[in-house]
Amino acid sequence: MGYVLDGEGLDGLVRELARDYLVFAPVRKVGAGRFTDVDQVIYDFVDDASQIELDVKSDYSFKELLTPLSQTLFYYTEDQVREAGGIGAAGDPAREGDARDVLVLMRACDLHGVKRLDAMYLHNGPEDSFYRRIRDRVHFVLLGCPQTFEHCFCVDMGSNVAPDNWEFSLERSDEGYACAVANESLRPLFERYATASRDVVPAHVTQNEVHVRVPKTVPLELRTSPVWDEYNHRCIGCGRCTLVCPTCTCFTMQDVAYTENGRVGERRRVQASCMIDGYSTVAGGASYRKQHGERMRFKVLHKVYDFRQRFGYDMCVGCGRCDDVCPEYISFAACVNKLSDAVDEWDAQHEGSVARDA
Amino acid sequence: MMPSNNPYIPFSSKVLEVIKHTEKEYTFRMAFEGEVRPGQFFEVSVPKYGEAPISVSGIVPGESVDLTIRRVGVVTNEVFEAYEGENLLLRGPYGNGFEVERYLDGECVVVAGGTGVSPVRGVVEALAASATPQDKHVIVGFRSPNDLLFRDDLARWENLVDLILTVDGAPEGYQGNVGLVTKYIPDLPLRDPSTAQAIVVGPPPMMRFSVKGLLELGLAEENIWVSQERKMCCGLGKCGHCRIGEKYVCLDGPVFNYTQSKQLLD
Ligand SMILES: Cc1cc2nc3c(=O)[nH]c(=O)nc-3n(C[C@H](O)[C@H](O)[C@H](O)COP(=O)(O)OP(=O)(O)OC[C@H]3O[C@@H](n4cnc5c(N)ncnc54)[C@H](O)[C@@H]3O)c2cc1C
Ligand code: SF4
Ligand code: SF4
Ligand code: FES
Repeated sequence: MGYVLDGEGLDGLVRELARDYLVFAPVRKVGAGRFTDVDQVIYDFVDDASQIELDVKSDYSFKELLTPLSQTLFYYTEDQVREAGGIGAAGDPAREGDARDVLVLMRACDLHGVKRLDAMYLHNGPEDSFYRRIRDRVHFVLLGCPQTFEHCFCVDMGSNVAPDNWEFSLERSDEGYACAVANESLRPLFERYATASRDVVPAHVTQNEVHVRVPKTVPLELRTSPVWDEYNHRCIGCGRCTLVCPTCTCFTMQDVAYTENGRVGERRRVQASCMIDGYSTVAGGASYRKQHGERMRFKVLHKVYDFRQRFGYDMCVGCGRCDDVCPEYISFAACVNKLSDAVDEWDAQHEGSVARDA
Repeated sequence: MMPSNNPYIPFSSKVLEVIKHTEKEYTFRMAFEGEVRPGQFFEVSVPKYGEAPISVSGIVPGESVDLTIRRVGVVTNEVFEAYEGENLLLRGPYGNGFEVERYLDGECVVVAGGTGVSPVRGVVEALAASATPQDKHVIVGFRSPNDLLFRDDLARWENLVDLILTVDGAPEGYQGNVGLVTKYIPDLPLRDPSTAQAIVVGPPPMMRFSVKGLLELGLAEENIWVSQERKMCCGLGKCGHCRIGEKYVCLDGPVFNYTQSKQLLD
């Protein structure tokens, strides 16, 4: 079931939704981009439809809502440890002191990304209390994708069609805006603002310009293959690719003392990146993966192989943001294809011996 | 302190005793009533300084766990400021630990170096108390005679299992064995190496060469078990730092069968 809305209708709808929910959506920040004359599209809370950026891919994903850049875990005093409230705590899901549930507007790839975040935070080991608290208060609105954006490869990753966890969808149409409504309880609201009702199937991408071939298996030998060498000098280890990625979840603990003697303070977790120095440093300063090519291998294999070995599907959802953001114009997609070529070559060379082993 | 279901909130535990082995290595006997097995670890938490994963080196069920800590940096320095009767903050136990029963029946070899003795100490105790302690071969190595940990245990084990205690180097006139642990592997008096179990724990190069020696002796890969150490922040399978390939050392390890651990490339 779906509805058609004009600009005024959408305004009213969003304004009314924003009374009951916090609405988290892509917004355009003028001149905030990498170069001063370039805008940046990031996620923020909105209370007006005019603030929502419907037509381009966001530079950063929604993930800060579920996994904040920095999150307080507990406060400590001389003789006490107290679980942190505030953002993420019961009653305060997303914005300080605001107990409302959150509606997040996102595209199909990002909705698939949520499944990956859930896998790590809810199912890999014990449930993460902080993530759970926010997650339970988040509901999704699907932004339809009438066509692909630059660098996207969602079709090849199988994440072009959204999973079924959205309340309603939103996209531009000839009549203004079209919405498919999956949550029946929202229908009276739409009845009030719609100009007409008709069947709406959310648009999804069927063709990307970029194609990616993920490897079925990666022999251990290829983990030290020359495929990775070019990134030793090309990649500068800035970590932007992981920061923008909707499926990267790593964090590091950080203690912050409020007082000189350190007896009062808090422990936080802050987002971390396997591409940045220090990620694997252990006592005495020793570290694994000093070379940037090794870090590229660690990241890329996780995205298109290791995660699948553990959870049964690939981690990467093909949003292409890593390729949008890399200051060195490194293409993740091209890297995956080079890896697959190397795997094919290896397979061809070892066909005989594999057959013998079997 | 309020108990919490939140896995990130540490609990307070009393330091029951501090045992000094060397200048830099102390054992902290901590009050702990829960279930725990050798090879598991705790996150020892010192607010302002951070957390450090530390293996369980001894267990008195329902009463205490021992944490044997080498003073190497920010957090461990701070832990060394704790005295008997004071409290430390802990989270855990984490990780899989050793399935002790696996090693009790037949022949078994344990090769441990330095602080690597901590995670296997409980296993060796069980081997010593097994029906066939003479079939249990324990090779323990330290850097020098001054670096010995668990001296009392070593003296006791000497009379129970086939113990080989060695040091990498020693001043002239030292009476004991001198040489790397790997030196003693080829001469192990195993009746049937193909069915013997083995545990190897220590610094990465020591583990690599010890496993090589055991394989050459005829042990099967699937009977060799190693314990891995990696950078860790959470111990809960969340922070990502300990991941190697598809494995999380904090959840799936730190104890791995060699058939798996040989597939792990950092
Ligand atoms: C499963 C496991 C069991 C361990 N068991 C013991 C033990 O029984 N006894 C013992 O003395 N040490 C043990 N270690 C090593 C111990 O955790 C480090 O020596 C300790 O974290 C150093 O912290 P630091 O702040 O004093 O050192 P610094 O050099 O000041 O800091 C090192 C930084 O690395 C972090 N770190 C995280 N994981 C590790 C790691 N694996 N090794 C080193 N640093 C790490 C620390 O939290 C810190 O942020 C174990 C490590 C692991 C992973
Ligand atoms: S790896 Fe790149 S393309 Fe894949 S989900 Fe992350 S940012 Fe998107
Ligand atoms: S691949 Fe690009 S974005 Fe990622 S760390 Fe390297 S230089 Fe930075
Ligand atoms: S230590 Fe955080 S995932 Fe293993």
